[in-house]
Amino acid sequence: MKLELRGITKMFGSFTANDHIDLVVEPGQIHALLGENGAGKSTLMNVLYGLYEPTEGEIVVDGEAQKFNGPGDAMRAGIGMVHQHFMLVPVLSVAENVMLGDEYTRSAGMLDQKKARDVVSRLSKDYHLEVNPDVLVEDLPVGIQQRVEILKALARHAKVLILDEPTAVLTPQETDHLMDVMRSLKADGTSIVFISHKLREVRAIADTITVIRRGKVVGQAEPTASPAELAAMMVGRPVQLKVDKEPADAGEVVLGIDGLSVTAPTGQVLVDDVSLDVRGGEIYAIAGVQGNGQSELTEAIVGLIEPSAGRITLEGADVTDETTDKILGRGVGYVPEDRMHDGLVGGFSIAENLVLDTYDEAPFGNAISLNLSAISRNASERIDEFDVRTQSAESAASTLSGGNQQKVVLAREMSRPLRLLVVSQPTRGVDVGSQEFVHKRIVEERDRGTAVLLVSTELDEVIALADRVGVMYGGKIIGELPPTATAEEFGLLMAGQISDTKESA
Amino acid sequence: MSPEGPDLGKKKDPGEEPAAEGDTKLAQAESGDDRTRETISQILRSDHPAVVTVLAVICAMIVGAILIVVSDDATRSAAKYFTAAPGDTLTTGWDAVKNAYVALFEGAIYNPNGGQLLSPISETLVYATPLILAGLSVTLAFRAGLFNIGAQGQILMSAALAGYIGFAWDLPAGIHIIVAIIGGIIGGAIWAALAGALKAKTGAHEVITTIMLNYVAVFFINWLLTQTWFQAPPYQQAVSRPVDGNAQFWHLFGSGLRVNFSFVLAIAATVFVWWLLKYGTFGFRIRAVGSNQDAARTAGMSVAATYIGVMVIVGALCGLAGASQVLGEANNYHITASVDGGVGFTAITVALLGRGTSWGTFAAGLLFGALTAGSGQLQASTPTPPDLVQVLQALVVIFIAAPGLIRLIFRLRRSKSAGSAVLAKGWNG
Repeated sequence: MKLELRGITKMFGSFTANDHIDLVVEPGQIHALLGENGAGKSTLMNVLYGLYEPTEGEIVVDGEAQKFNGPGDAMRAGIGMVHQHFMLVPVLSVAENVMLGDEYTRSAGMLDQKKARDVVSRLSKDYHLEVNPDVLVEDLPVGIQQRVEILKALARHAKVLILDEPTAVLTPQETDHLMDVMRSLKADGTSIVFISHKLREVRAIADTITVIRRGKVVGQAEPTASPAELAAMMVGRPVQLKVDKEPADAGEVVLGIDGLSVTAPTGQVLVDDVSLDVRGGEIYAIAGVQGNGQSELTEAIVGLIEPSAGRITLEGADVTDETTDKILGRGVGYVPEDRMHDGLVGGFSIAENLVLDTYDEAPFGNAISLNLSAISRNASERIDEFDVRTQSAESAASTLSGGNQQKVVLAREMSRPLRLLVVSQPTRGVDVGSQEFVHKRIVEERDRGTAVLLVSTELDEVIALADRVGVMYGGKIIGELPPTATAEEFGLLMAGQISDTKESA
Repeated sequence: MSPEGPDLGKKKDPGEEPAAEGDTKLAQAESGDDRTRETISQILRSDHPAVVTVLAVICAMIVGAILIVVSDDATRSAAKYFTAAPGDTLTTGWDAVKNAYVALFEGAIYNPNGGQLLSPISETLVYATPLILAGLSVTLAFRAGLFNIGAQGQILMSAALAGYIGFAWDLPAGIHIIVAIIGGIIGGAIWAALAGALKAKTGAHEVITTIMLNYVAVFFINWLLTQTWFQAPPYQQAVSRPVDGNAQFWHLFGSGLRVNFSFVLAIAATVFVWWLLKYGTFGFRIRAVGSNQDAARTAGMSVAATYIGVMVIVGALCGLAGASQVLGEANNYHITASVDGGVGFTAITVALLGRGTSWGTFAAGLLFGALTAGSGQLQASTPTPPDLVQVLQALVVIFIAAPGLIRLIFRLRRSKSAGSAVLAKGWNG
């Protein structure tokens, strides 16, 4: 199936999210859509999927203009989409999820579970998407849930598959597997629109690359283009991909963690006897696949959850039982991994979010009242300094793109004198241009003598930033590697292969 | 269809139009003074909360007009020979609607046919005062993400304490009323803080606990009213002893008009809540916890302390409402089991209409106070049942709760800043 987007324009009020975008996806092609966050990739795909009505322009499938009033129309036309955030019902089985919305029925409206299972098994086999059709989705790891999403699209006979940032949640091994799946889909004639901002993956898999910047197509590129060229196209200026940094000049131990364990109310051990030291002036990175206890470790450090055992010290002082407020007051900056959930109050203005943890301290306020002019002055300074792209400091944080939201959180946490910076997934969903900036700020903070604890599932980021790396698996730091270790070595540790670590570490 | 005539004609009705207009102006004034005329005209075409609110009131009155016509005996008999003389049906229907809305206006704002000039306004303010105070209480809880169903219980407890201090203690003039008001504030604050503490410490849902505490309060009052140290001699009616003169709110405009100093307290409370939500440090915490408690906790705020603290203020506001009920003329200076006058539940409606803002709640309280004041005149001078007022209040809320409906009817443009989102979230608790 040949898919063409002709002159697609989408306006939101006076804001142009897509500006006359032309895109041709040939049958059996993997077409990468590369662009910064907020460049309009997702808007374009939502137009294509029938979720938004384009202000102008048309969608042409095999030479015929289409009008999609909803995802149902798009699916019938052969377009399938795997969203960044999965649209699965956790309590239903894989087979039930696959037929959801397009249920197979027998006479008298009975669900045909057997047919659903057969479809899942057949598709799994054809495309190496191994899944047990009878398992509940909530019991599956994220990588497998993604397979279910892909199966869902294939079961509806998708001829064009849109993958929206599919590798964001995957381990390197899972990413490799996804690429194999994409290749076998392509061999079978399915076209794939691959949305990503990860240059390495795009170059590895795409047949052709379309780069979008600020709602416009800025050009096509071949996968042979160098990462620097692609990044420059995306951002509109040359980008420094390598992080410039001097070797660490590590000082005294700032953060000391000794035998720390966190146990869930269900009795599950989430953090298991972790001990580590982070010194002033160094970046200690925790690598690992998401869900191996990193979140709980950082939350315990800043006092959001209570450890079941162990001790946390900050510059020698025991802070294990202190409140978050006190710990932050000791000069700890905390960038949580989930910005919208824990980092920002979506309905608050940017100005308010920038003082979310300092609103009751001078100059922003005292115990009684706020100093609105100081808050707004601070907002315009931080917005300039961190290059937050927004119409006004009074805009709600929820209206910002992911990269800009992250800049707001970083701006807040880094704008006061720090001794320790705990930063989780600093560039998740952040575009290349902003990534460079975020990385630079983290290194600057280190060079100022701050101890930095970085948690990232992005191996590239870990390797680029860290002075020391601990790999977390199953709640334990199962090995430490120098940042110069190979991706292979990291990959094995991240998958929990301890035996190999000992040799490589 | 017979009601069509009155519906269209209703908009020209001289009786009700000024009331709706006043409401518009109030709401607009709140949305910002320095906006240019152009932005105002833009707002009028958008789904700005103030616009939707005013349109919801108008829609409610239109539906109310239909109900008036349907419930009107004269119109119904005229409708029996509708095909022969359709004019009769239209005329009687029109008269019924006009008379009803004129009566509401006369009872609430201005009665050209006699009585004291300011008497209707005074009555409106008397009814509005507890509604504003309790409405502010619900609004403030709302902003913290709490749904305070317990205004009734908080009002009852504060009225009991304020009233007890009022009749049992012997204090000099001036001091007595202040002590009694403080007693009311403390009574309400403790009662609400109980629910706040249960929520903060055990996670018990405030909707459940506040409803249950309402029952406890009702039966506590019932018990008090059987005690000889509380009940008025000769101990035959469930009425407390009367509040001492020193502890009664003084009238604002002489004893001819019932409006008293508690209305000034309502204005002060409105200013306080407005200040708290805009400039207050604790207000910032309330709003942060109310819209994203995870982010608030991550930023080092104590969610539990915020819940308890906000409930103390919420209860204090209800305490003022309770004091205004028992220390004012509204309940003849007695405590009874119905001293809350149903204000606790109407306050939820007022808060919804007020859209989470202090001045919106103030305006909504005035509107509902006016409707209640008008219902007396409605009953006295027209065959329309005074229950119409409750129906109107309910209709307003239905239209408010369905902003999509208003957008559809008036073809408003959907704006990004959806004020209704707060509302919908509040309902889900």
